[in-house]
Amino acid sequence: MNPMIPLFVVIPLAGAFLIMILGRFIRNFNKYLASLILLFLVVVSFWSLFTTGSNVSVYKAGGWEAINSVPIGVYMVMDGFTAIVLCIINLIGFLSVFYSISYIARYTSENYFYALFCLMVAGMNGVVLSGDIFNIFVFLEISAISSYALVAFGVEKNELEATFKYQVLGGIASFLILMGIAFIYWEAKTLNIADIRNVFSSGYDRSYYLLIQILLLSGFGLKAAIIPFHAWLPDAHSSAPSPISAMLSGVLIKAVGIYVIIRLFFNMFAISEGMAILITTLGALSMVVGVFLAIGQWDIKRLLAYHSISQMGYVILSVGIGMMLISRGIRSEIAALAIAGGIFHLINHAAFKGLLFLNAGAIEYSTGTRNLQEMGGLAKSMPATSATSLVASLSISGIPPFNGFFSKLIIIVAAIMARFYFLAFLAVIVSIITLASFMKFQRYAFYNKAEGDNKQKIKEVPFPMLFSMIVLGIICLLLSLLVFPGIREMILTPATDILMDPSRYSSQITGI
Amino acid sequence: MKGMTIIVKKTVQLISGLIFLYGIYVIIHGHLTPGGGFAGGVIIAGAFILQILAAGSDFMKLTKEELGSTMYENLAIFVVVFLALSGMLFGAKVFFFNWLPKGTVGELVSAGILPLYNIFVGIEVAASILTIFLALVIFKEEMPE
Amino acid sequence: MIPYYLCFILFLVGLYGVITRRNLVKIAISLSIMEFSTFLIFALIGFREGGVAPIVDPADPVKLYVDPLPQALVLTAIVIGLATTAMLMAVIIRIYRKYGTFDIREIKNLRG
Repeated sequence: MNPMIPLFVVIPLAGAFLIMILGRFIRNFNKYLASLILLFLVVVSFWSLFTTGSNVSVYKAGGWEAINSVPIGVYMVMDGFTAIVLCIINLIGFLSVFYSISYIARYTSENYFYALFCLMVAGMNGVVLSGDIFNIFVFLEISAISSYALVAFGVEKNELEATFKYQVLGGIASFLILMGIAFIYWEAKTLNIADIRNVFSSGYDRSYYLLIQILLLSGFGLKAAIIPFHAWLPDAHSSAPSPISAMLSGVLIKAVGIYVIIRLFFNMFAISEGMAILITTLGALSMVVGVFLAIGQWDIKRLLAYHSISQMGYVILSVGIGMMLISRGIRSEIAALAIAGGIFHLINHAAFKGLLFLNAGAIEYSTGTRNLQEMGGLAKSMPATSATSLVASLSISGIPPFNGFFSKLIIIVAAIMARFYFLAFLAVIVSIITLASFMKFQRYAFYNKAEGDNKQKIKEVPFPMLFSMIVLGIICLLLSLLVFPGIREMILTPATDILMDPSRYSSQITGI
Repeated sequence: MKGMTIIVKKTVQLISGLIFLYGIYVIIHGHLTPGGGFAGGVIIAGAFILQILAAGSDFMKLTKEELGSTMYENLAIFVVVFLALSGMLFGAKVFFFNWLPKGTVGELVSAGILPLYNIFVGIEVAASILTIFLALVIFKEEMPE
Repeated sequence: MIPYYLCFILFLVGLYGVITRRNLVKIAISLSIMEFSTFLIFALIGFREGGVAPIVDPADPVKLYVDPLPQALVLTAIVIGLATTAMLMAVIIRIYRKYGTFDIREIKNLRG
């Protein structure tokens, strides 16, 4: 049993409460402790990524061993896919905390900010590491409640209205997930994911199974902001403070939305063709509707939030193509390619969307406005921000040699090889419209003629914000190396294997 | 905020001690009867809230109360995490391991480390519900009418 | 089957409240009612015919208990529901201070 696994949850949790206790007495203690905790977690998660490989490590909390090969304890599971998502969460978390050292200084009560941030990271780590479905629900609620408080942090009118909408829809999502868990328990009499798979693979009632799948897809789809469940996302992500927007859009909708959908539908349920067609349709709709709603926006952060919906549609689309091929039982190497493309796009989107939101925060910090029609000519007065913003815009539009090009290429090639020509055509069209939208963003913000009077007061942002943006820009370039065969074997292939072969997942957990 | 009439004040002074004792009973017998940390903590918080509602006080004193209850809450959670981590030092070296001796079934002093968890979770829940109540009352009092 | 239908009716009452009410506090209360119906279904799932409450008494051995696992899950979920409701109430009080009204039709600053 790997003793590193509970540290991912325990250390941020203890750190959050330590910040609350000692932050009143020692000045600046909260910033340094939060940064140190997250730096330590980044190191541990990268170490786990390079040593996990293709084995599945299981940690039984409390030491409760399985009786007659029926698991009765609470299991925490780490495999290839989990290690990738852990790295994303902790790395973007560390860069956001470092960015917020100078951004949050203008709010009062910074203590609460760092404590809630550590709680949110602890909750997300718990979701990706848990091995049974009720633990997923508990950690999901921990991170969701922390994010409700963080969205409303600097209590303005817009933020309060946005967090009210977010909370009501998030509450409905939690209710749907709890109903799904209740119906699973009624049928399977167990809560462990691997054990539920063993029960479901021998006979089940077809319409009851469909009800459970629809309930869980709706609940986690509300958390992941897929069309038609996207109504809370533009308000919440645009009204939050910028490092929180980067965390929400870059990590939260992936770790508690897309990750759980992929894990449950591949490793727990047996894939049926109707559900695969439904998921592919939802992905294609998200892609198209998201980008058409994003073109007409003049507020920077609302534009970026609508683009998040569209890019999540790419991931769901490629995962859906993989599911359709598996359910028909043909061409499994194309299914592996599609799933690998989806996971790669997940990693890339975390990097460039986080960078774009941090850039929008830097622009707002210097100029005090978020409306594209009121700013201009920032390329001369903010050179580092402008350069990293150019890198991120080219990545999201899919221009070589940045990382967005490679992941979108893999998705489109997989769609063509599986003979879904219409979906590949839609993906190319959406990519072109994304390019147009970001060229508009670049032109109005950075390269236009400056608007008169406040041109001379704008200067570059302080060092912590610059450091985070430059590091993310370098990561955007480095991630394009993941497509080469040597590195891909080490990182992406274990994740794809464990998803495509669910009997190995369940036998390695319940057999131990 | 204003207090209530003299009948309510005298009754609350008599009853709130009994409610506190009942809450402690529910917490300590958590491994024998239904209840445990959460339910007992809410009952203890109820005793304190009843006192504040009946007696009424100006909100300057309530801010000092809130500082105290926040400190209790954070310290209690810290002790719970510490107890859980201490399971990694003894026995099977896992998180949440039960390493104190377990006595016979049905006695009050038995079941290893569970009564300690119950007590500290009870303190934490009581302090946090009191903090929520005080925060909302102080905010309402500070609002300009 | 009658208790399951009643829980479903409770869920529909809560959903009607969230969709049609104008006052912010009534929306929060209706959300709570929706969650309580889930807790009831959870507790009903663990029922066994002829079972007694799962409290072990060493003097008096019993053969059949009802399932205690859903009861523990409901206890955790009740505390989570409490935290969600408290958070919603704090935001509602702040909204009243900023906007001056509890009516949800007045609070539409964000559009598009």
